[in-house]
Amino acid sequence: MSDLSVEAEAVEVSIRGLTKIFGEGEGAVTAISDADLILQRGEFLSLLGPSGCGKTTLLRIVAGLEFPTEGSVDVRGKSVWNRHKRSKAATKPISMMFQEARLFPWFTVAQNVALPLRVAGMPKAQRIERAHEICETVGLAGFENHRPAQLSGGMRQRASLARALVTDPQVLLLDEPFGALDAMTRDALNMELMQVCARADVTTILVTHSIAEAAFLSDRVVVLAPRPARITGVEAIPFPRPRSLDLQRQTEFQDMVAHLRTALVGGAE
Amino acid sequence: MNNSSFWRIALPILSVSSFLLFWSWYVHTSDVSAFVLPAPETILKALSEMIFDPKLWHHAKITLTEAVSGFVIAVSLGISLGFIMARVPAVEWAMKPFIVLLQLVPKIALAPLFILWFGFGLESKIVIAAALAFFPVFSNALVAFKSVDNGDRDVMTMLQATPLQRLILLDLPTALPVVLTGMEVSVVMAMIGAIVGEFIGGSEGLGYLAVAYLQELAVPELFGVIVVLTLMGLLLYTLIGRLRAWFAPWHASAEKA
Repeated sequence: MSDLSVEAEAVEVSIRGLTKIFGEGEGAVTAISDADLILQRGEFLSLLGPSGCGKTTLLRIVAGLEFPTEGSVDVRGKSVWNRHKRSKAATKPISMMFQEARLFPWFTVAQNVALPLRVAGMPKAQRIERAHEICETVGLAGFENHRPAQLSGGMRQRASLARALVTDPQVLLLDEPFGALDAMTRDALNMELMQVCARADVTTILVTHSIAEAAFLSDRVVVLAPRPARITGVEAIPFPRPRSLDLQRQTEFQDMVAHLRTALVGGAE
Repeated sequence: MNNSSFWRIALPILSVSSFLLFWSWYVHTSDVSAFVLPAPETILKALSEMIFDPKLWHHAKITLTEAVSGFVIAVSLGISLGFIMARVPAVEWAMKPFIVLLQLVPKIALAPLFILWFGFGLESKIVIAAALAFFPVFSNALVAFKSVDNGDRDVMTMLQATPLQRLILLDLPTALPVVLTGMEVSVVMAMIGAIVGEFIGGSEGLGYLAVAYLQELAVPELFGVIVVLTLMGLLLYTLIGRLRAWFAPWHASAEKA
């Protein structure tokens, strides 16, 4: 993953000239302008910036939830957007995790986790078995038959992560998934996430406003700035993997956080 | 049994029995005519004779059939139309004037018209029942389907769900608790519709029976019919309540996850 040279067949996501403008005329707001990004297969990339820098919009365009005003997004060589129409073929390998767990209260944890498989038409016995396996991996063993309302915030996000992983996605999009959790739960879930991503060789884009989180998890950090919303820099994070929470206490890590902070502030000015 | 749960059971029994005792005492001591207000024990006696008379059950079955049929029609139409209008704004804009107008018309006033159009048989009563029961379900369904969370819809979009899968896995479960609340109101309205229809024109049903007893000045029997109608309404209302507890068990405890 240290090799960042661009080989065409290793390109997983390519974003070119991406611009999104909400509204028209006087009230028009540029959510993101002229963004270019290439993601390698298996790479973990963070979009780091203050609110209003367009990081969530960028992610939602890649997910096919928001159409771009200009530019293009390709996932595995297939265009996500054909004019304003979302391509099912291009977005099929993508899973997304949201800021809220977005579990359905009428389903149990296992049913929620198995939902993507149900929609894809997998038989019940098979998908429930698969859901149980995934629950085990993300530390939800024993909670499969609980309802979401019975879980803590951290457990709900675990279930949400399990649901995102159950289809073995090739691209994982994370929209500040642990933003609302306390620091300890967040650390635990970040470790979990990193292990899962390493195992699955999945390409990940994480939206975050936590500098430490971005530095800890990522291979590269994309720094964004608001007004106008744009990419101001891309920083490589050279720390070897596997990484442990100890890394956060080392000077190199703290230097990296300081460096990213400077990049953030510099970009905003 | 602790003190407070004892009184929770004892007090309603006490208040109801004192009310009945007062009623009985009033009828016997004042000079109110027995034709106007029979004593509760007179009504009970009439009722105990009526329930062994197959005539009562025949009429009860008719009213129940009308109310339930009207209710089922109202629920199907209300949910379908609510869903379509929530999802296709053009339909809502087009239908809005009719909906507002129909909501403002006292539906009961349309009852004679329905008798004229659909005759004196069951059909007209079913239509009246449906007309009265429609709006509570429809307006709740419209609001419920509109309130499906955009974030939850994004989840279904990411899963490449078909419109039918969205409906079954997200829209219906989201709407169900609110729709069932509407249905609780609706089922009582359907009963009212059926009875009013029988009042106006018909030769069957408990509404007809009530009018017939009134004309015979059989007031205790008239009260008996009212008691039976009340019990019927209670039965239907409870049934819907049970349905809600069974269909949407997450709702009572659900802060949204």
